[in-house]
Amino acid sequence: MSETVHETGGTGPSHRGVEAGVAVVIGLAGLIAVIGSLRVGIGWADDGPMAGFFPFYIGLIIILSSAINLYTLFAATNDQGLFATWGQLGKVLSVVIPTGIYVGTLPYIGIYVASALLIGTFMMWLGKYRWTTAIPVALLVPVLIFIFFERWFLVPLPKGPLERLLGLYA
Amino acid sequence: MFEDIGNLMHGFAVVLQPQNLLLMVVGIVLGVIVGVLPGLGGANGVAILLPLTFSMSPTSAIIMLSCIYWGALFGGAITSILFNIPGEPWSVATTFDGYPMAQQGRAGEALTAAFTSSFVGALFAVIMITLVAPLVASFALRFGPAEIFSVYFLAFCSFVGLSKEPPFKTIAAMMLGFALGAVGLDQMTGQLRLTFGFESLLSGFDFLIAVIGLFGIGEILLTMEEGLSFRGKAAKINLKVVIQTWKELPKYWMLSLRSCLIGCWMGISPAGATPASFMSYGIAKRISKRGHNFGKGEIEGVVAPETAAHAAGTAALLPMLALGVPGSPTAAVLLGGLLIWGLQPGPLLFVEQTEFVWGLIASMYMGNIVGLIVVLTCVPLFAAILRIPFSVIAPIILVLCAIGAYTVHNNTFDVVMMLVFGVVGYFMKKANYPLAPMVLAIVLGDKAEESFRQSLLGSQGSLGVFFSNALVSTVMTLGLIALFWPIIQEGISRVRVAMGAARPAQ
Repeated sequence: MSETVHETGGTGPSHRGVEAGVAVVIGLAGLIAVIGSLRVGIGWADDGPMAGFFPFYIGLIIILSSAINLYTLFAATNDQGLFATWGQLGKVLSVVIPTGIYVGTLPYIGIYVASALLIGTFMMWLGKYRWTTAIPVALLVPVLIFIFFERWFLVPLPKGPLERLLGLYA
Repeated sequence: MFEDIGNLMHGFAVVLQPQNLLLMVVGIVLGVIVGVLPGLGGANGVAILLPLTFSMSPTSAIIMLSCIYWGALFGGAITSILFNIPGEPWSVATTFDGYPMAQQGRAGEALTAAFTSSFVGALFAVIMITLVAPLVASFALRFGPAEIFSVYFLAFCSFVGLSKEPPFKTIAAMMLGFALGAVGLDQMTGQLRLTFGFESLLSGFDFLIAVIGLFGIGEILLTMEEGLSFRGKAAKINLKVVIQTWKELPKYWMLSLRSCLIGCWMGISPAGATPASFMSYGIAKRISKRGHNFGKGEIEGVVAPETAAHAAGTAALLPMLALGVPGSPTAAVLLGGLLIWGLQPGPLLFVEQTEFVWGLIASMYMGNIVGLIVVLTCVPLFAAILRIPFSVIAPIILVLCAIGAYTVHNNTFDVVMMLVFGVVGYFMKKANYPLAPMVLAIVLGDKAEESFRQSLLGSQGSLGVFFSNALVSTVMTLGLIALFWPIIQEGISRVRVAMGAARPAQ
């Protein structure tokens, strides 16, 4: 991935590089579809087309259109500038990483505790809120969610040790 | 016809039950909130709230969900006009004149015009659905697998021809959707495919998870990158302004009618509300006497896109109900809801589930009336929601998305998949791949494949079955024209240029 300097300041990966990456990844997905289809058979059985018949051709079309997308990308002569500055990508990561931890831990600690932690961290870390604001919001939202989902609409959500302790485990 | 009117009246009776009216108001309010907040669009708002309806009767459920959709359509206008931030892609065109109006202190006027136009557009589309849908459905009842496939073919080809993204990106995104939809159990042979031994892939990719990830998480990541901060105009809306604006609006009846027609047309073909609003704005600018003033706060510039967007958003439900082919991602989510409640969307719905269908159509009338009243009276409240900083709203939206993803199958792995789809959505959106055809392909993949394979089975593998009678050949040909539309268009303009160049030489 080549680096480009943008006039408005800041560096980052070039748009062309990232776009090429996206095209390659989509093409690979097509290849996986083709391989997977070949495994289950793409021809005709006694009862009509086999399971891999349809996805095989879908995979081929994906590979073909990704190749064309790649070609047009590099055939174009104009510089497409930055994909995003590193600063912007950092902001994106600052959402992706906490959310990753959130989805990774919620099966174990329950969605309510995980949500409170996510909201609290997010507000204090990215929003620069003081804990006196962040903590009440972080506690209130899960409580409201509990009332709305579990009590009113009878939708059970994942719970953890805290809920078990409070006797809310249904 | 008379039978239909009777059914519609019965539908109104169902909708007007106090419990359903309450659900309607709840749906509209939730919908406007969803429409106002970045990262929560109509499609994924409905997807997140879909699990809430699992314990309801299908009719009540569809009333609430469709009202969330109307609310989201209304809500987009609020952010566009007051904050210059389109809450939804289809309200981008509304910012062009809506925000300048707000800057000039005419926010109330702009909002009233926007809401009223939305209402008019929706009403027009609902009347069209009432009249046309039963006819289309009864016609479609005679369809065999080849005809059904040709309708899918037309729907997907229209995406390629009509979307503003490069055609091969549309095709790549769409086919990726089909491939994801094919993972898991093959419905015809009962065989597992593309799972590569991963147990969590046995049931395939659920499109609701994809919707929540692609549209919800992806949108938050984009908003985060842009470093959004809301600085909006104050919303003052009172009865005097409303009545004044209403007195002025009938002047623009021609503009409204044209926008309604554009909206309905674009809504039925799966182009959807966003291009409809742009097209309507563009044509209004060209035709209007005050066209040079567009972009500086012209009320016509608010009426045109809002009418078309709402008409398109509503009309998108026509092919979903009558043919089982949704015209927009949100319609696709509603279709997913029907499947979960055990209803088979498509022409048979009109025969077998009369009460449900007409309840839904009646709720479209009522929902838009209730919606108009709710948004006109509660604008300051909704605008206040937008003043909550993004660092507070963002984690709450993330939590709601996670809850929505979890409740689809009560599976925590789905929440992980949601995040993966979110990151994928961020990159695809930034690289200019359209997400709507991908989502529609995940939903319809199985059905399109089934009709394709059944047709081939009947014809012993000959593709000639898709051109075997007048009806199927016509639809397939239309599909091919739509597919190659970019090339055809280029060809036409080349011929024109060539003719223009040839003329001076004569």
